Amino acid sequence: MSNVDIRQAVNEELNNIAPEVDMASVDPAADLREVMDIDSMDFLNFITAIHHRLGIDIPEIDYPKLVTLAGTIAYLEAKLASAKA
Amino acid sequence: MPSLGADMEAGKLVEWLVKPGDWVKRGDVVAIVDTQKGAIEIEIYQSGQIEQILVELDSKVPVGTPLALIRTEGETKPQVAAPPPKATAAAPPPPSPAAAPSIAPMARAPVRPPAVPIAAAPPSVKPLPQASPAARRLAQEHAIDLSTVKGSGPAGSITYADVERQLGKAAAPPERKRAPSLDFNAMRMAIAAAMARSKREIPHYYLEHQVDVTQCERWLMQKNLTRTPDDRLLFAALAIKSVALASRRFPAFNGFYRDNRFEPAQAVHVGVAIAIRGGGLTAPALHDADQLSLDDLMSQLRDLVARTRAGRIRSSEMSDPTITVSNLGERGVEALYGIIYPPQVAIVGVGKSVLRPWVVDGAVGPRSVITLTLSGDHRVTDGHVGALFLAEIGNLLQEPEKL
Repeated sequence: MSNVDIRQAVNEELNNIAPEVDMASVDPAADLREVMDIDSMDFLNFITAIHHRLGIDIPEIDYPKLVTLAGTIAYLEAKLASAKA
Repeated sequence: MPSLGADMEAGKLVEWLVKPGDWVKRGDVVAIVDTQKGAIEIEIYQSGQIEQILVELDSKVPVGTPLALIRTEGETKPQVAAPPPKATAAAPPPPSPAAAPSIAPMARAPVRPPAVPIAAAPPSVKPLPQASPAARRLAQEHAIDLSTVKGSGPAGSITYADVERQLGKAAAPPERKRAPSLDFNAMRMAIAAAMARSKREIPHYYLEHQVDVTQCERWLMQKNLTRTPDDRLLFAALAIKSVALASRRFPAFNGFYRDNRFEPAQAVHVGVAIAIRGGGLTAPALHDADQLSLDDLMSQLRDLVARTRAGRIRSSEMSDPTITVSNLGERGVEALYGIIYPPQVAIVGVGKSVLRPWVVDGAVGPRSVITLTLSGDHRVTDGHVGALFLAEIGNLLQEPEKL
C-alpha cells in the first residue's frame, strides 16, 4: 500500500466520522480532536475502521502518536513498512 | 403518536415501514416520525397483524393519536373499522369498540404477548438498512432501493452522500455535506423548552465529589492491552455502569416526578448525553444498564452513539431514560452541573480526569482524579442522600473488576 493510499484511507475514515469536514482544509499539525470535534468514541471508531481496513493493530499506548493528521499518517506508514520488512 | 420526551406535543409521520396485512412483533420498527429532536424510529409494543394505517404520510398529529390498528392473536375482525382521525385533530379519537383491534404503537405499558407465537406467522418486517433520514428521503424521491446502496457512515449506515453517489451525482460541496438532516433550530427549541421547564419546575440542588480513578484507569489500560479495537472499553462505560448500580441501591434518584409525586422506576435505563455534530444534544436510554456486563454495555453504547449520530434513535430510547449521565470530561471540562431532564429527577456529571497531587496512605503522590457531580430534584431527595449516592458511585469505581 502506497503512502497516497494510506492518506486516502485516513481521510475517508475520518470523513465517515465527521462528514461535514473538508479534509483538504485540515491543518496536518492540528489536534484532530479539536479541529474535527472528535470525542473518545469517534476516535475508537476511527481506530477500529483503520484496523479493519489496513490490518494494522494500534495499541492504546500509541494513541498519543495519532493526535494529528500528520502524526497519524507517519505512524501508519511506519507500521506498514515494519510489517513488510 | 408516542410521547418521545418532555414537551413533545406532536410528531410528523414521515415513513411507514409496514402496510396492512403485515405481521409484526413487539419491538419491530414500524414507522419513522420527525420530531424536533430529529427522525425517530417508532417501535411497536404489541405483536400481531397490521389491520389499518390511520395516519397518512407527512401528517402531523398530536401525541396520543393512534397511528395504526393492529390485530393481536385471537382478536376477531371488527365489523366496522374505526375511521382514521383527521391529521389536525386536537384530541385523540374515542376509544375503539371492544371487538376492534388494539391501538398501536402508542402504548408504553407492558402488553401481554399473543397466545400463538408470532414466529409461526408469515412474512414479518424486513430488516431496515441503516440510513440517515436525509438519505431515506433522497432515496425515496428518486425511487432508489436502499438495500442496493453501500453505506459509508458509522456502523456502515447509509449517508446522504452515499445515495447521491448512487444517483451518479457529484458529491455535495463540504458546506452542504452535513449528513443527518437534523433541524438544528428545531432541536434547539426542544432543548430550550425542556430545560426552561426544568428550571421553572425543578428545585435543583448541586453536589460535587472528587474521585481517585487511578486504579480504574490502570485496570482499563490492562484490559484493553490484549483487545482489538472492536472490543476495547472506554471509561464512559465504567462510569455509566457505576451510576446504574448506584441508582439501583438509591432508587430515589431513578424514576419520574409526575402529578406531584415521585414514581420510582422498576428498571434502570440510563440516558446518555450524546452531542450531535453541528450542535444539539440528546440523551437516549441504555436499557437495563445495571444488568449489562461491561462488554455488553460498551457494545450497546457504541451502537447507541452511532445510531444517534446517524439519526436513527428508537422511540423507546427517547421515552425510557430514568436517570441521565453527562460526560463532558473529555472536552477538558473538570466539572459540569447538569439540568435535570424532566420528568427525571437526577443527572450525574462526569468531568475530566486530571493528574493531581493526592494523599494516599499518608503520602502525597500523583493520582488521576475526576469530579463527579449530581444535580438532584429537591422535591424528591435531599443533599444528604445525594452525597451518599455520589460516594457510592465513587466507591464502585474503585473496584472496576466488579462492575
